[in-house]
This record gives sequence, structure tokens and C-alpha cells, in this order.
Amino acid sequence: MKINFKLNGSNVTVDVVPSKRLLDVLREDLHLTGTKEGCGEGECGACTVLVDNRPINSCIAPIANIANKEVITIEGFRETKAYRVIADAFADMGGSQCGFCTPGMILATYAVLRDNPHPTEEEARIALSGNLCRCTGYQAIVNAVLKASEKGIKL
Amino acid sequence: MLPNYKTSVKKVDNEDKMSGLAIFTGDIQMDGALFALPVRSTISYGKIKEIHVPTLPEGYYFISAKDIVKENVCNIIVSDWPVFADKETHYKGETMGLIIGPDKDVCIDLVNKTYADYEEYEPVYEMKNSYVHKEFKKGDPSLFNGAAKVYSEEFETGYQEQIYLETQAMLMYLDGDKITVKASMQCPFYIHKAICRTLGCKEDKVRVIQPAVGGAFGGKEHYPSLMAAQLATAIVKIKKPLFMCFDRHEDITFTTKRHPSKTNISAYLDKNNEIIGLKIHVGIDGGAYIGCSMVVLSRALIACTNTYTFANLEVSGDAYCTNKVPSAAYRGFGSPQSIFAIEMFMKHLAGFLRVDALEFRNKYLVKTGDITCTSGVFRDPIILKPLMDKAMEMSDYKRKREEYSKPGSLRGIGISTFLHGCGFTGSGESTIINAQLKIKKDKNGIVTFYTSQVDFGQGNRTTLKRIVVDTLGIPEDHVIYDAPDTDKTLSTGPTAASRTIIIVGGLCAKAAQHLKEIWVDGEEQEIVEPYVGPSYIKWDEDTMQGDAYPGYAWGVNIVEVEVDPVTYELSILGTWSTYDVGHAIDERILVGQADGGLAQALGWAYLENEVAENGVFKQTKMSDYVIPTSLDMPHMETAFIDNPFPYGAFGAKGAGELTFVGGAPALADALEQAIGKKVNKIPATPEFIMELMNDED
Repeated sequence: MKINFKLNGSNVTVDVVPSKRLLDVLREDLHLTGTKEGCGEGECGACTVLVDNRPINSCIAPIANIANKEVITIEGFRETKAYRVIADAFADMGGSQCGFCTPGMILATYAVLRDNPHPTEEEARIALSGNLCRCTGYQAIVNAVLKASEKGIKL
Repeated sequence: MLPNYKTSVKKVDNEDKMSGLAIFTGDIQMDGALFALPVRSTISYGKIKEIHVPTLPEGYYFISAKDIVKENVCNIIVSDWPVFADKETHYKGETMGLIIGPDKDVCIDLVNKTYADYEEYEPVYEMKNSYVHKEFKKGDPSLFNGAAKVYSEEFETGYQEQIYLETQAMLMYLDGDKITVKASMQCPFYIHKAICRTLGCKEDKVRVIQPAVGGAFGGKEHYPSLMAAQLATAIVKIKKPLFMCFDRHEDITFTTKRHPSKTNISAYLDKNNEIIGLKIHVGIDGGAYIGCSMVVLSRALIACTNTYTFANLEVSGDAYCTNKVPSAAYRGFGSPQSIFAIEMFMKHLAGFLRVDALEFRNKYLVKTGDITCTSGVFRDPIILKPLMDKAMEMSDYKRKREEYSKPGSLRGIGISTFLHGCGFTGSGESTIINAQLKIKKDKNGIVTFYTSQVDFGQGNRTTLKRIVVDTLGIPEDHVIYDAPDTDKTLSTGPTAASRTIIIVGGLCAKAAQHLKEIWVDGEEQEIVEPYVGPSYIKWDEDTMQGDAYPGYAWGVNIVEVEVDPVTYELSILGTWSTYDVGHAIDERILVGQADGGLAQALGWAYLENEVAENGVFKQTKMSDYVIPTSLDMPHMETAFIDNPFPYGAFGAKGAGELTFVGGAPALADALEQAIGKKVNKIPATPEFIMELMNDED
């Protein structure tokens, strides 16, 4: 089945079974490997992408539901000014260790700050609770969100 | 006076990891790679009479013990784990063979249609059959006979799954006739050895290259060796690239975990309630094969008196064989289990004697010059008291402890002190590992050095490079330090045992210093620097006597909790930690180790519940094996107190595992205050807390 959607600003068409996971379409058909699979059941957030500007777990999204929508992955997001602010904040605060959760965490951070530009520590913790990290204990990541918030992601 | 290396530098891998450019094993695109899927046994213990494989389509293969080239053993410390289960299976899920082919879905279908006939034996799931026993004494345990009182307790800890965010993954291909491996791993040379051993091939026929690794925590120390030996057996026959990657369910269900433990401690007291000595037994559940369990047991026993000195000890331990997935390395390597037990025991003993728990514990705290439990010596300055004072000040411990002592407060604050021996046990660094570091410079003054240390998030690629850059005093971009590649790198040992900075970092500094001393502009120069340990370290593994480690790192954790009286859920309100890791190199990286290690420890203490029933784990997904989220973890505060160690790089000691060992007893101490009951078992799940709170005794 042919499915059209907008990916990182460009129109793409894929010809796959409609139940194929968005994650697999991105990684296997489009060779965009920045989106990771951590659990395959929507628990860990390593596969976070933005669909129509909302963060979703691409491991539980059938590609048919993405038709005519706009998808932004880390490969597209890393070209934006907001990415630079968030990535610098992660670097400053030590928010990335093994790096496997990081692309998803950065997209989740963007979504948090877009909805709530100046979150409290508690609000940041609530907003990121769908993205798991096993390395940092989260303090450094939460600090990075607050730091990026200080600078402002300039939407 | 040492220079100050606390300041942080830009991490070398930050940008690649944040932008999604870092290539992990599963991200490698290789045309024509075949999928390899394990066919697993379906009984816990028995004879494999026959394996029935369906008719395989063209281009599909079944590889099993029949295809073994030389030895059907996976090279681990004790090599009792076969590459493929052959005549018998010893746990449910043991790999009997691999189905290999180009289409993953077809492979899955073929795996589901492959089955074996068995003759079942009676499996053992409880800790009763010991396959490794160790014991040692200190002082004169016969004095226990004169005790006025004896106080005894038992402690239990559960399984823990590493949940590295990247699951186990391995790609193997032939480069000419050379078997080449890229994998999610901790120890490239372990994989290298495992392949050479099962194939009986020469070392130069195998090459292991490290891509980006998404977390490990011990879980990728030994298991990748098994995957490598299996794929190597297949590749000599199939001669095509092979890819094996576990999904999360498979990874949780069938890969190694932290050993569950049961520890029994008895204190022998004189008529003045002074401790004459302790009798301690630590039992760990090793699963079906020993693998590294003897070393885990060894570390658990050496740590069993934690930060306390007792004149007389009778220590023993057993690793038990059970028909379950083998247990293996996980951050702390046995010591978190025995340290949980002794910390809680000391507290409970104080309660039994009706004295203040903290004052009681302080009375037995180790001091510089004290004899260790294995009759070695604590040589280096011990700064436990300043560490405790600082942590108590940061947390406002005394006020809160007092305030929460009112009945029904449902809040508590707890404290633990702990140590961790850095590097391999005893003289292992000099006698077993024999690290050698190669450093060379070209005519233009560009320096390249190699270690076999994997950076799976700890930041060591940044820190080891910095040690060389700073020692040589040359610009950062004049030093090249890439990920391990066994074709270029001499072995500087495994990435384990909190040895990377204290041992390999020290070696980097020494090699760079030597290069600096002989530096001649415009010439190519190369040095191979061998590790030379402190000469005073003498250790006998058979009798468990002597100096167990080259150095010790120390810490204090304070944890504050609240218990919900309706749901019995525990919430962590805050943590405050202080550490002596020698001289702290790059505090930002170290705080990352500290917070991350403590978060894993707290998860183990109250959230992460992994239970085996009839030899299989009941929790096999991330939706039922729950690790802490950002909401479960509180605001964490961490401080380091400087205490330079003469043998580490720039005075540094180990830090990776230290940060794990104190979390559980600090949390349990806080929970005890909140609910007014003794906690002898973790994880403290809501069900367990409910039982405790409703227990009338």
C-alpha cells in the first residue's frame, strides 16, 4: 500500500504493508537510524518522533495512521535552532551518557518546552516520564531541560 | 600539589549521540546480512533426545552443536556454559541452535516450528546445590564460644535486570578470511577469545570493533561472548554476514542478571554488649552455569563487613546451581547484596541492644591501618567521618530523623556508608589481566593511543583522552583516541570492575609521561607501557587472604522517603550523597555516574521486581519489569571530597560501581523509620510494604 507523508520537510511515499510500524519504516525503508527501538511496546520513548508536532512512540504507530501527516525525526530536528539550544543544554548539564535514549529525549524536551516554556523541575519530570534513561538518574536531563528553558528555544 | 582536574571538558561523543549520528550495532547497514535467531529449549533440565527442524527453504540454515568446529564451550571465567546445548539442557531457554536466513519473519516461523524431544529430569530452582564454596576466617572465631549473647538475622535480595536501553546486538561478517565482529559489548577481547577458543583459530583470524554501545552495566560483559561463539560457528559454514539482535522481551527473558542472594549473619556479643565477632554466610543464585559466579561470590564475601572492622570473623559463601538463566555481572558484582545485609544487620543489632543505630555503627567504622576482613590492610587515608558529616549537613539529616521519629509520620530518612574495591580482585591486575597500552606519535607530533575500554556511557573516552592530552601538554586535536579495535589495540583488559580510571587511566598517564620524556620532534616514536601494580598487594584467592584490592573508594548515601498509607507505595523525596573517589576527574561526568548508579540501586531496592517461577521469569517486558522514570526519581544532590590516591591517574580511584552499593540499605533504613518495621528483604514493593505494615509482630 502506498502511503504519503511529510518527513523532515519533504514529501515521501512508501510502499509497505499498512500495519508496518512507523519506526521500521523510518529505520528500514528510509534508513533514518537516529530513531531507536528500546522496548517495542511504547514504554521507553527511545523511538520518540514528532507527528504533527506532537511527540509519539513510533514503535506503536502503524504507518497507515501517518498518511498525510507531518513527521519530524532527530535527522530533521537537528537542523533547527531549537535543537542547538537543547543539545547545548544537554552537553552543559551532562544529559547524555550512552546516548541511546538521547535523540528521543531531545525531541521530548522540545515538546515539553513548546507546551510550557518555563517548567518547574517537577513539571519537567512529569513531562519526561515517558522517556526512560538508565544511565543518568534523570537529574542531569532535568537540569538540561531547565537550562534550555532559561535560554528559550525560540520557536 | 596536584593540579585540579575537577573541571569538566566537552564530551567527545556528545554531538554524535544527541544528533542521532552515532552508529549503534543495529544501525549498521550491511547488504545481504542474514538474520540469526536462537532456537531455545523448552524445559528446565533434561536430556535433549532429538531436535526436529522443519524443511528449510533455500538459503536458510540450522546451526547447532553438530556444527561446532573445535570446542563447544563459551570462554568465560569458568567455561562451563556450552555454545549450544547439546546432550542436555540446564535451563529453559538455553540456545540449542540458530535458524539463519534472509527474511526475519520466515526465520521466526521456522524457529516456532523447530522443537526437541526431551527426557526430563527433576529441576532445582532453590538455592541448595552449591557449585562454588568459599570460606575464610579472621582473628579467632573460637572466641564465639564464650559469647554472652548471639543475635542472628537473614536478608534477601532479588534479581535485577540491567535494562541497558540498547538490547544485545551483534553483527559478524568476513573481511577476506577474517571474522569481523561489531557488537554491543563491554569487553572486545572477551569476544575475541571466545571466538578463537570455540573455533580453535589463530588470534589474527578474528577482529572485534566497537561501535556505539547503548548502556551495559555488566550485562554486556559475558553474554556477548556466547552470541559471538554461536555466530562464529555459523559463519565458518555459511560465509555470509550474520546479524543477531534481541528484542526487549527476549533480552529480559534469556540474558544474565544480578544474582539473587540470601545472607545470614550472627553477632557474638560479650557481657558488655561489645561485638566479639561475626559469622556471615552469603548465598547467591548462580543459575545453570557458573560463568563468573565464583568471582561474584568472592567480591560479595570480601565486601561482607563493608565499612566496619571486627576482630574476629567466620565468613563463608556458596554460589548455588539452579536450573535457571545464569546470573552474571551487574554493577557492584556481588557487593551490593552483602552490603545491604550488613548495613541492615548493624542497624537491627543496635535496635536489639537498644542503642542509637548511628552511634553504634560509628563505633565499628574502619580507620586507616585497620585490618580488612581478609586480613589485608586499609592503607590509604579513610575520610568516612567527613563524608558522613557533609551528607548529613546537605540533607538536614538530624532534624529530619528526629522529626520523622514520631509514630505515624509515614516519612523516614536513612543513611548508609559503603566502600568499593577498585580493579580486579587481589593481584589479578598484574597476574591475570596484564594490561598493555600502546601509544605512538607520528612525525607531525600527532599522538595516537589505544585501549580496550568501551565507553558505553561512562564518559571514559573523554576522560582517558584528557589524561593523555593533559599529561603531554599538547592540544586536544593532536591526540587521536578511537574506540577499541582488536587489530590495532593491545588488551588493556575488560571494561569492568571499576578499573577503567584507576587502572587504565593510571596506565595512560604513565605511558604519556614516558612519551613526553623521550619526545623528539619530527620523529616517529612508539611506546608499549605495561601495567605494574603496587608491590604490596599480595592475595591468595584459594584461602581468600591478603589485600583484596589495590584501593578502595568510599561513599555515603542519605535517602528520604514517604509511604502512602492507602496504596503502600513508596515515594523517594530526596537523595544526598558524598563520595571519596580519590581526586575527582571531571565532576560532571562523575555526577552522572553517581546519580545513575544510585537511581539503579534505588530501583533495585523498591521498584524492580523480577521473579522466577518454575525456572522462568514472570516479568519479561518493560511494562511489567518497571525501572525508575524521571518522576520516580527525586532531586539528587551529590558532592565529592578530595582524597588523592597515589596509584590512580591524577589521584583518581574507581567510581562506576561504588555509586550503586549504598542505595538499597539507605532506602531500607528510611523505610524502616517511616513504617516502624524491620526490612530484611528487597525489593520493597507495595505488596511487601503492606505485609510489613499489617504484620502485628
